[in-house]
Amino acid sequence: MAHTAYDALSSAPPAEVEEMDLVHPHSFVGKYIWSQDAKVIAVQYGITATAIGLVALGLSIVMRLQLGFPDTFSLIDPGNYLQAVSMHGMIMVVYLLTALFLGGFGNYLIPLMCGARDMVFPYLNMLSYWVYLAAVLVLVSSFFVTGGPTGAGWTLYPPQAISAGTPGVDGGIVLMLLSLILFIVGFTMGGLNYVVTVLQARTRGMTLMRLPLTVWGIFMATVLALLAFPALFVASLMMLLDRLLGTSFFVPAIVNLGEQSSHAGGSPLLFQHLFWFFGHPEVYIVALPAFGIVSDLISTHARRNIFGYRMMVWAIVAIGALSFVVWAHHMYVSGMNPGFGFLFATTTLIIAVPTALKVYNWVLTLWRGNIHLTVPMLFAIGFIFTFVNGGLTGLFLGNVTVDVPLSDTYFVVAHFHMVMAVAPIMVIFGAIYHWYPKITGRMLNETAGKIHFWMTFVGTYAIYYPMHYLGFQGVPRRYYAYGDTSFITDSVQTLNAFITIAAIIVALTQILFLFNLAWSLRNGDEAGPNPWNATTLEWQTPHTPPHHGNFGPELPVVYRWAYDYSVPGAKDDFIPQNVPPERVEPAPDGGTGVHA
Amino acid sequence: MTLTLILLATLMAVFSGWLIRQSIADTPWVAASGHVVPLRSVPAGVTAPRVALGVFLAVVTSVFALTISAYMMRMAASAEWRFLPHPQLAWVNTGLLVIGSLGLQIAWTSVKRERPGAFWRDAFWLALALGVGCTVAFMAGQYLLWRELMAAGYYMTDYVGSAFFLMMSFLHGAHLLGGLVVLTRAVVAFRRGAPLSRLRESIALCAVYWHYLLFVWIVLYSVLFVGAVPLYGWCRG
Repeated sequence: MAHTAYDALSSAPPAEVEEMDLVHPHSFVGKYIWSQDAKVIAVQYGITATAIGLVALGLSIVMRLQLGFPDTFSLIDPGNYLQAVSMHGMIMVVYLLTALFLGGFGNYLIPLMCGARDMVFPYLNMLSYWVYLAAVLVLVSSFFVTGGPTGAGWTLYPPQAISAGTPGVDGGIVLMLLSLILFIVGFTMGGLNYVVTVLQARTRGMTLMRLPLTVWGIFMATVLALLAFPALFVASLMMLLDRLLGTSFFVPAIVNLGEQSSHAGGSPLLFQHLFWFFGHPEVYIVALPAFGIVSDLISTHARRNIFGYRMMVWAIVAIGALSFVVWAHHMYVSGMNPGFGFLFATTTLIIAVPTALKVYNWVLTLWRGNIHLTVPMLFAIGFIFTFVNGGLTGLFLGNVTVDVPLSDTYFVVAHFHMVMAVAPIMVIFGAIYHWYPKITGRMLNETAGKIHFWMTFVGTYAIYYPMHYLGFQGVPRRYYAYGDTSFITDSVQTLNAFITIAAIIVALTQILFLFNLAWSLRNGDEAGPNPWNATTLEWQTPHTPPHHGNFGPELPVVYRWAYDYSVPGAKDDFIPQNVPPERVEPAPDGGTGVHA
Repeated sequence: MTLTLILLATLMAVFSGWLIRQSIADTPWVAASGHVVPLRSVPAGVTAPRVALGVFLAVVTSVFALTISAYMMRMAASAEWRFLPHPQLAWVNTGLLVIGSLGLQIAWTSVKRERPGAFWRDAFWLALALGVGCTVAFMAGQYLLWRELMAAGYYMTDYVGSAFFLMMSFLHGAHLLGGLVVLTRAVVAFRRGAPLSRLRESIALCAVYWHYLLFVWIVLYSVLFVGAVPLYGWCRG
């Protein structure tokens, strides 16, 4: 027997999972359309989110073409430029990132990693996807109504969002608000499933402290979303009533285009509070799953146990809790008591502590690890760099005195794209390269993956690094054109053209990724059940891809955490979670068990 | 937002306390022997539907806490607040929901007996009918109350309190409607041969849900009608 320490009195509190009555349809429609299998629902979420994300990517190119080469494209006017800005932001944040992390990865990984047959409420889970799809379709329909989609900015601030003169005020804003309400209803159905499955359907031996950090990240993000999305729900409902019934929740008495509005006494600040009460936790709704996934990618591909597991779990919980008390740092320029500014600056800086702990722990996990520079690992390392970059500029903007002059400049655009767009997307790509073999049974082409990584990594830095400089120059965001503005120099225009070219190259690179996904589905190398020699339960299924029910006749029993890599004295450099200590093969030469 | 923050802080404190109990003595890096992985430590009463109801109630509480926070912040932003009257019908509606909740409670009490006799079987169906009937009557009463306010000139465009009433009662009614759908599904499934234990579990969850929505309505009624004047003074103070 290997000299692997184990505690015979370890008191794990697992539940004996009752067998579920799963629906096993035989028709194509039952299996792949109205499916109640969380894995199929995950793929449905993934495809829908990617499709709508590509629309948002296209919109960003529209914006960049205008900014890089003004007065060149007659089709882009100030109205549809603002519409592109607004729809790009909302789609990317809510309909792509949130849906893909929670609906996509959450659905695929939670039951498998917890050792469950499926989500605890499969029918509700199916409904969740279809309501999400309806929300996406309602949103897309706003492109085709009179006046087009809303151009109020992704934050939808009233009174502008529902005042005459703003693009999309006729139907676009109504459809946007309806779509958000639908999205939240659909998400709540899914979110209940994710939380209850983690709490109630873990297999024997899978204590909370043995859960992979991926599950912890998705679980905590779901808790945040369940509590924070109601703020957006209430705000959307109230603005819908202001727009359709003429109530005055948010809209004060204003004279617009020479006409006195029928509203009186509404408070635009009230909307901002509600929006950002959702909006800031939303950053962590996207970030926490990314934190969890990247922890597992780094540990697996560096063949080392994660450094400071319990600290990582508590950091996720602390970040989640603190994310509710920082929202007003988005409103420093909206007018507030200086005391509140100080309070929110302080809470904002405090949240950097658990976040920095996580970064240190990732780096310490890599330290002296047996690093395999696979494509998922490249993306994971890319994430750490990008997140540190974006996080540091966040420290700048968290301070009131620094934020005020930089507010509404390209510095802010650069900051939040580094921290909330590029960093999570790096993790999404890494996660897809990592789990694609389990989902399809085939490996993605590695050369194409490496080209994809380097083009995307270098390309996004070419896009967003110069934007910091533009911000310091005072270049304002959301402007269609700058005209003859004294402080906007020629170099600004040159940089804008450079950024646009970089953006087009990065966008085109994604075609290579999509091609790789499609090509490898039939032509990729056979993956086998566990190509990365990983420890977590999804790699221990009897079939690849896993069948409905995941684990065959017997559910696995868990004996260890998810990070037994390079255990001294063990033959292999990984010990799966379902291998009991008695069955660990010793290294023949009594070596370290680490494979070169 | 103070109200919502207090609520969230409480929820987070409960969650953190639970997590500390789960994790404080745990050494995740130590593997356990196959012989000692215990079979069950979660109490038998903690079922997935019950946990789901608890989580859902937390979400609904967040919705209503934010709605009330918005109402109070809107009050704080208004130099003048035009108050709503105290309609008699609102008292009647509240009474109907109290009876509805009571009906569900009696139905639960009746159905949870292991071998219910004829008396308890009849009592169950009668109480269920009373509960459902009063709930539907409550929802109709809310609609009439809204009509009454409009007829009396408390238009939503002029009285933001009226607009808040519409929104809050709509949200509350939508949640009741959802409860009715779940209840109907459970009863239909039972009539089609589903086991009594499933009906028992559904009725238990519905009764808790009804009590919770009664509590929410009493809070809403207090802030919208009965306690609006002192609340406004407090918000402006």
